[in-house]
Amino acid sequence: MTDVAYVSFMADLFDGYPAGAAWDEVFDRTGDVRPSYRHVYEALGELSEAELRGRAETLARTYLTQGVTFDIGGEERPFPIDVAPRVVTEAEWDSVAPGVAQRVKALEAFLADVYGSQRAIADGVVPRRLVTSSTHFHRAAQGIEPPNGVRVHVSGIDLIRDEKGQFRVLEDNVRVPSGVSYVLSNRKAMAQVFPELFASLRIRSVAEYPSRLLAALTAAAPDGVHEPTVVVLTPGVYNSAYFEHSLLARSMGVELVEGRDLVCSGGHVWMRTTNGRRRVDVIYRRVDDEFLDPVTFRSDSLLGSPGLMAAARRGTVTIANAVGNGVADDKLVYTYLPDLIRYYLGEEPLLASVDTWRLEEPAALEEVLDRLHELVVKPVDGSGGKGLVVGPAASASELADLRDRLRKDPRGWIAQPVVQLSTVPTLVEGGLRPRHVDLRPFAVNDGDHVWVLPGGLTRVALPEGQLVVNSSQGGGSKDTWVLGSSRGAPVSSPLELPRTVAFGEGVPIDASPSDDRSEQQQQQQQQARRPHPTHEAGAPC
Amino acid sequence: MLSRIAESLFWIGRYIERADATARLLDVHVQTILEDPWAEEDLVCRTLLSVMNRDAPPADTLVGRRFVLDSLAFDRSTPSAIAGSLTAARENARRAREVISTELWEAVNGSWNQLPAHMVSSRPHSFFTWVRERAALVSGIVDQSISRDDTWNFLVLGRSIERADMTARLLATRALAGTTGPDWPTLLRSCGAHEAYLRRFRGLGSDETAAEFLLTDRLFPRSVVHALGQAQACLDALDPAVGKASIGGARRTLGHARTNLEYGALPDLIESLPAQMLAVQRACSSASETIRQRYFPSGALTQWAGGVL
Repeated sequence: MTDVAYVSFMADLFDGYPAGAAWDEVFDRTGDVRPSYRHVYEALGELSEAELRGRAETLARTYLTQGVTFDIGGEERPFPIDVAPRVVTEAEWDSVAPGVAQRVKALEAFLADVYGSQRAIADGVVPRRLVTSSTHFHRAAQGIEPPNGVRVHVSGIDLIRDEKGQFRVLEDNVRVPSGVSYVLSNRKAMAQVFPELFASLRIRSVAEYPSRLLAALTAAAPDGVHEPTVVVLTPGVYNSAYFEHSLLARSMGVELVEGRDLVCSGGHVWMRTTNGRRRVDVIYRRVDDEFLDPVTFRSDSLLGSPGLMAAARRGTVTIANAVGNGVADDKLVYTYLPDLIRYYLGEEPLLASVDTWRLEEPAALEEVLDRLHELVVKPVDGSGGKGLVVGPAASASELADLRDRLRKDPRGWIAQPVVQLSTVPTLVEGGLRPRHVDLRPFAVNDGDHVWVLPGGLTRVALPEGQLVVNSSQGGGSKDTWVLGSSRGAPVSSPLELPRTVAFGEGVPIDASPSDDRSEQQQQQQQQARRPHPTHEAGAPC
Repeated sequence: MLSRIAESLFWIGRYIERADATARLLDVHVQTILEDPWAEEDLVCRTLLSVMNRDAPPADTLVGRRFVLDSLAFDRSTPSAIAGSLTAARENARRAREVISTELWEAVNGSWNQLPAHMVSSRPHSFFTWVRERAALVSGIVDQSISRDDTWNFLVLGRSIERADMTARLLATRALAGTTGPDWPTLLRSCGAHEAYLRRFRGLGSDETAAEFLLTDRLFPRSVVHALGQAQACLDALDPAVGKASIGGARRTLGHARTNLEYGALPDLIESLPAQMLAVQRACSSASETIRQRYFPSGALTQWAGGVL
C-alpha cells in the first residue's frame, strides 16, 4: 500500500519530466536518478506537492522580510529562489575549483602585464590592438601598482555544463561580480526550510566568505598601514545590488559608504563621520570604473569621489577590484585565455572554454554571417546578458539588423555555438520541470592564495527552454550544495579552552517556589469549583 | 507592594528572558548541527543538556536534535524549557494581574495561548523566531507602559539576573564542547551580538575578543557585565544604598561577580572560563535566593494537621 502511494506522489512532482537534448543533472539518459542526487530526489519525493509549494512560499516570504530583493526595471521583487537545490559532488568540485583558481591567476598575471611591461604583446601571444581597442582598457590605471600585487580581489567565473556534462567556462567577471550575497542568504534560508536534508547530507559551508573577503581586502592595504580601514563603496540604495553591498559591509563589520561620504584631500581619502574625518585605506568598490572619479572618468558622475584616482596613484588608498580590470574580462580576451594560461603559468588549462569565433578575423566573420541563425552572438564588453542575441530564437529582421551591426563593428562582437546548458528540476506551474542553469563560483585572492567559495551561485532560467540565466533577465537562483566527505583545514586556529568542568556539573535552573505549590493551586481550584463543601460527607461540626 | 506580587513580577522577568535566551541558544546549536557537516550531533546535544543542567540519556545511546528539542523547547511541564517558562510566566502574570498593564498581560497571555500552534517540531527555527518576537514584544511593553517604580524594577531585576545567567550558560557551551560546538561568531549571533561585535572590532575579531565582548563589554546589553550592572542598578533603586555603612545581600553577590569579570585580566578569565561561568551562574542563583528572602518572605504555610482539632 505505502509503496504504491509513495510512487504515486513521486509521480506527481516529476510526472511527465521530459528528456531534453541538454545534460540533465538529476536523470541520466535512461531516466535513472544519478547517484549524486539520489538522496535529494528521495527527500523531495517524500513531500507532497502542496507541502513543497508551502515551503517554496516560506522561502519567498523569508526573502521579502529580509529584503533580499532584486531590481527589475525599477520594481523591487523578492529574488526568486527555487526549492530544489543543485548538487555538485566532491569529485566534480575538486576538478572545478583548481580550474577556477588557475584562471584567476592567469587573469591576474595578464592584468599586471597589460598595465605594466606588456610582455605578452611583445612576445606575440596577444595582438596589441586587442588591448588598446578594449573599451575597458583605462590608461589612467597604467602604472598603479597594487600593494600586494592583487588586482582581482574578487572574481566570478561563469561555468556551464555542456551536453556531455563537462564543465566549461562561459565568461570571466573580474570587474565587480555580484551575486555572492544570494549564495549566503540562499544557504541560510534553505537550512531553515529543509532541516531534514541538511541533517542527512554533509554540505560544505559557505559562511566564511565575509571573513575571507575582509582578510583579502586587509591584505591589500597600502604598505605601512596598521589596522587599515576598509569600506564598501555603493552607488546607493537605488542600486539593484544594494542588498548585497549592505550585507557584505554588515557581515564584515565595515562602513558602507556612498560617494558623497568620501572626500579626497591632501592625497588621502577620508570619510566624513560624526567624529570628524577618518582615513580610508581600502575601498571595496561596487561602482563601475566610469563613475569612480569625475576628474578622471565621466565628469557627470555623482557616485564617486573627485580625486580618488589621484590618491590611488599616490598609493595612499587601494581600490578593489582595481580600475581597468575590464580589459581582462573582455570576451575577445576570453578567446586568448588558454594561450595566456600556458604563457604565464606554464600549465595546461584545467577548464575547457566554449568554442568562439573572433569576428575581427574576416574568414570567421563570413562563416558567422552565414550561420547567424544557429549561433549565439554577444557584445564583448557586455554583462548581465545585455545585447546578447540567440540565433535560433531571433526573428529574421533582428538577424538582418544584427548582420549590419557585426559588419560595422566586428571587434565589438563574438559568436559561439548554442550550448545546451545543463538542466536541473525546478518548481514551476506544472510541477518539477527541467530548467537551464549555469554556475558562478566566486574566488577571493588575498595575494598568497586564491580561495574558491564552495559551490557558488547557480542561476536558473525560469521560462521553459530559455538559455539566458541572468537575474536582470528574469532568472532565479538555486542553492548550490557541494557535498563534502572530508573535513578541510580549519580557517583560524580555534581558541582551545581547558575542559576543567566535567559534564553534569551544572548549576540548577531556578524556578519560582510558588510555581511548585501544586497543592495550594489544587485547593484554590477546588474552592472555586465547589463553593459549598460537602454535606454528603457529613463532616461533624 | 505585596511581596507576593513583587515575586510574580520578578519571575515574569526571569521566565520571559529565559524563553528568549533558550530559544536563541537552541536555534544556533540546531542550525550548527544542520549546517556544519562535521558537527558531532551527540556531543553538541549532550553539551546543551549539561549546560541546562538536564540529565542526559546513558552514554551508549546517541542523543539527537529531537531529544534536545523535546526536553528544552517543547516541554511544558518544567519552567526550564521554553514552553514551560512561557507557561510559568503566564501563571505569574495572572497572579499579578492587577498591577501589570493590560497590554503586558495580553502579550504574556497571548504568547501562552498561541504556544500550541507554534510548537511544530519539524520547523524549530520558526518556533524560535516566534519566541524571540514574543519576548521582544513583552520587554518592549515593559519598557514603554510601566512606570519606573518598583513594578518595573522587579521585572527588570528578574530579567537582568536571568540574562547574566543565560549568557554565562551560553559561554559554557563553548567551553564544554570545544571546537565541535558552534564557533564564536555563531555564539555571538545567538545573542544578537554579532553585528554589534563586528562594528566594535571592525571585523578584526578573534576568539579572544569575542569572549571578551560577551563577558565584559560595558555597552552591549547582553554581556554578562552589563546584565549584572543592570541588576545592581535595580537593587539600588529598590533600596537606595546611599548613606548605608556597608552593602550586603544580593548586591554584594552580584557586585562581586561583576567586578571579578570587569577588573579581572582577560587571559586569566579565558584560561578559567568554565569555572568563571559556573561562578556567575551560582552568583545569580544565590542572589535570586537572597532577593527572595529579603523581599518575598513566604510565611510558613499553615498546614492542617489532621485530628488535632
